[in-house]
Amino acid sequence: MDLIFSNAVNALFDPMTAAYAIAAIGIALHFGFTGLLNFGQASFMAVGAYGFAIATISFGLPFWGAVAVSVGLSVILAFLLGIPTLRLRSDYLAIVTIAASEMLRYIVSTTSAQPLTGGPQGLNNYSTEFYGLNPIPVGTYGFWNFTYSEREVFMRIVSWTLVVLFAIVLAILVRSPWGRVIKGIREDEDAVRSLGKNVYAYKMQSLIVGGLMGTVAGILFVIPRSVQPGNYGTQLTFFLWTMLLLGGASTVIGSVIGSMIFWGLLSLSDDLLRAGVDNGVITFLTNDQVGTIRFMIVGLGLMLLVIFRPQGIFGNKKELQFNG
Amino acid sequence: MANEIAKGPATPGVAKHDPILIVDNVRRQFGGLVAVDVEHLEIPRGMITALIGPNGAGKTTFFNLLTGFDTPDTGSWTFNGTKLSGVPSYKVARMGMVRTFQLTKSLNLLTVLENMRLGAQRQPGESIFAALFKPLWAKNEKAITVRAEELLKRFKLDAKSEDFAASLSGGQRKLLEMARALMTEPKMVMLDEPMAGVNPALTQSLLEHVKGLKDQGMSVLFVEHDMHMVRNISDWVIVMAEGKVVAEGPPNEVMKNPAVIDAYLGAHHDSDLGADKIAKGE
Amino acid sequence: MLHSQMRANRLVIKLLSSIVMLFALFASANAASAATPAPVDPSKIFTIGGAMTDCGSGIPGVKFHVTGPGLDVISTTDKTGHWAAIAPETTKYVVDRFTVEIDVTTLPKGRKLFIDNTKRSLIFNHVNSSSATFKLAEIKCAGTTGGNGTNAENPGLNALFNGINLGLMLAMAAIGLSLIYGTTGLSNFAHGEMVTVGALTLWTFNKVLMWDLVPSALTAIAIVTAFGWSQDAFIWKPLRKRRIGLTQMMIVSIGLSMVVRYFLQMIYGGNTKVLTQGDTWEVLGVKMPAVNIICSGISILVLIAYTLFLTRTRIGKATRAVSDNAALAASTGIDVEKIIRVVWVVASLLTGISGVFIGLYMQAAWDTGFSIILLVFAAVTLGGLGTSSGAAIGAMIIGLIVELSTLVIPSDLKFAAALAVLIIILLVRPQGVMGRKQRIG
Repeated sequence: MDLIFSNAVNALFDPMTAAYAIAAIGIALHFGFTGLLNFGQASFMAVGAYGFAIATISFGLPFWGAVAVSVGLSVILAFLLGIPTLRLRSDYLAIVTIAASEMLRYIVSTTSAQPLTGGPQGLNNYSTEFYGLNPIPVGTYGFWNFTYSEREVFMRIVSWTLVVLFAIVLAILVRSPWGRVIKGIREDEDAVRSLGKNVYAYKMQSLIVGGLMGTVAGILFVIPRSVQPGNYGTQLTFFLWTMLLLGGASTVIGSVIGSMIFWGLLSLSDDLLRAGVDNGVITFLTNDQVGTIRFMIVGLGLMLLVIFRPQGIFGNKKELQFNG
Repeated sequence: MANEIAKGPATPGVAKHDPILIVDNVRRQFGGLVAVDVEHLEIPRGMITALIGPNGAGKTTFFNLLTGFDTPDTGSWTFNGTKLSGVPSYKVARMGMVRTFQLTKSLNLLTVLENMRLGAQRQPGESIFAALFKPLWAKNEKAITVRAEELLKRFKLDAKSEDFAASLSGGQRKLLEMARALMTEPKMVMLDEPMAGVNPALTQSLLEHVKGLKDQGMSVLFVEHDMHMVRNISDWVIVMAEGKVVAEGPPNEVMKNPAVIDAYLGAHHDSDLGADKIAKGE
Repeated sequence: MLHSQMRANRLVIKLLSSIVMLFALFASANAASAATPAPVDPSKIFTIGGAMTDCGSGIPGVKFHVTGPGLDVISTTDKTGHWAAIAPETTKYVVDRFTVEIDVTTLPKGRKLFIDNTKRSLIFNHVNSSSATFKLAEIKCAGTTGGNGTNAENPGLNALFNGINLGLMLAMAAIGLSLIYGTTGLSNFAHGEMVTVGALTLWTFNKVLMWDLVPSALTAIAIVTAFGWSQDAFIWKPLRKRRIGLTQMMIVSIGLSMVVRYFLQMIYGGNTKVLTQGDTWEVLGVKMPAVNIICSGISILVLIAYTLFLTRTRIGKATRAVSDNAALAASTGIDVEKIIRVVWVVASLLTGISGVFIGLYMQAAWDTGFSIILLVFAAVTLGGLGTSSGAAIGAMIIGLIVELSTLVIPSDLKFAAALAVLIIILLVRPQGVMGRKQRIG
């Protein structure tokens, strides 16, 4: 029981939770504030992960060079997605972004791209230089079930610092005149256009900035693990949407808290169900069926949330109406 | 009256002494239907011009074309001497030709004051980089807030400035939309059915506001079904039917024009055509 | 407040009860598959596995050395070319890394790996099966596809036939999606799961209960239709009543899609269910599974019948009226809710047929529908959102692109090719192939 509890607490502050939070902040900017239906945040994360890993492994770039490559690719991706769709009706963006992100996943996982992307096996061994930046001496830190190696501590500090940084950037942006324009676009883009604002340019800027957050999240996500093409399916995007809607799409802090609640609850429910199965309390499930239940919970949670509390936990009901 | 504004007798397409907007051969077709087909039209500067016509006459489509919200198949037009054909809508607004919409587009989840501030042009804080550094835009923000509050006071919306626009009544939203348009400091205001759906108690004040625009030197072009308003405030009336300009002239003369009575007023002379809201996409 | 609370509660109850209904719907399938030994080993706990194949037939006797936390075993491929190893129950998602090394000396004589890398590293990414893929070099057979036909002599004609085949199947699912979109505005992401339900129930009746193919297929189609009906009755209609926005509805459908999909994985496991049927026929020198040819023929008949329904029957005409303008249709006395229910039934009927055929074409798994849902969306978008003829033509284009692309690009990129074409067409012609320009606003 202690372990189950501490697993859940660990999940709250895991670097993975932080990475998801950053990517979700990106869609908060897209959807919550600009009204863009980006269903391809997974592709921005994939660009971060693959751009960083390939630049490091195949081109031998230093850490910051690899980060710069990812960022550059992310901007290009945003243009590719935005140019055909941002002038069209909003559901076109949804279809194109989701199609593009699946397309990207097929491309990186094809065996013909194996020399570069590792194909279905993915990539690893690209984090050495990042950990080289670690000023924390070798050792074990923490107490009880919360002990971490110096790398784990470093990773946590870096990722949560970035979460705070991006949350602040979002908060400043949405409270600025720039934020006023994108919120206006969310409400009615024709009205904003009639007031002399270049709506297309603003949507593009929002897409780029939110996408960049996804890309940084993608880099953070793969530093402590390997790059696996299977991770960048539509599932990833839908998880992010669930977190975003959980916290409240039109709030700054919502995506962060949403991500923490999401992973905390998932860890808790998973561990409890597995414990139940192991102790014979739950007899109608096997352990591998438990693995599918978490997804059913996420799906059901998403449905109930959108129906009964579309503004999320922290959102003001007046602040978010879904348009369309 | 005709001689003060127009150079010749009040026939469709007559030249004006001082036109602000000159339209040539603008044509827009939807499938087989010709929605707008205007050969030549001039809108006088500093006047209030009404654009009337039966439903489906192409008035709103014409508005959309002139303001860059729709693209004509052929034609050109100049505003203040600048060619506007092919210019995107936001640039049209920046040049000083601002419009409102038939179905009010108040930005519901922004406060009334934020709605107003959005109208101001050339805001440094609207650049994404400057947005990150408040000192770069704080001064400008203060200045536009002052201007916004003045306008809100004039439109009697100052008590609502911190409320969400969603909480306003239909008429108040029309007022807000007009006030917001004025934040752009336009030379010409295009109002698409400013009276539609407005509570009678507010119509008089709306009328006064439209007249006020003229007093401040702006040109006004408005689409309206409410003949009372047309007669009351317009200096010049243009009548459209089936996409074409069929008549124009001073209000009292136009109303007597047999072509107009034929095309539009006819049997409906006394009925309130403004209540008909079905042909929104005309 | 109290009133809306009660309404909310009722909706929760409806949502839950519809999920319970789903359970009931599949309880029989579950019992059946539990009682009979499944044809393929069901995935237990954490499985690592794969298949070695050569032109579609399995290579037996290839050895794999699998190592990782708490695991060090050698697995050998069986007659079908499959191999598997079970990882410990304590395996952690994403964290624990396993290594698979192929013993190249056990490969058939003279054959080498496509890429000279004998090791694969893998993790479990939140699902309990993970696979390691090794491909043989110099595969001489033509790039074939989900379709079971393998024809080295005439790859072009073969791909063309497969494309028509896939296009026809997608067309029915696409018309289903487009009908629902046209009448209710819902972009239903859970549509793919109807395809999956069709394919998996077909497998349940045909391969587990050993019914004949035709009654199995009819039952599967009936079950999908019932599923569609109950979806509308218990989920979408109440949501329409609450005036939930379309974007919200779309996200609800994403949630529903996850619930159903993982429910199906829970019941059926993560492996692919083989639905291959015996005979092959030869058409213009191309060998194809007889069942696929018959399916194509039936698809054409179904599409003709559907067109007649839409143009000749009263209810079909009413459907088109609602799809054109629901408010106007309502004002002429058409019961819009009733028509929407009919639309759901017709749409799920078509999608059920599509699901059964797709199962026969590319086998059935818990995520079959999910893997093709984007193709269906692409077809509907290409067709111009919301018109049946457009959806059908869009589907044919997508089907052909998917299969013909295998002639020039690796076959694992064929879906990507279709999605790329979707994006390019939207760039050039945003209203779709058949769409009217004014629809874009």
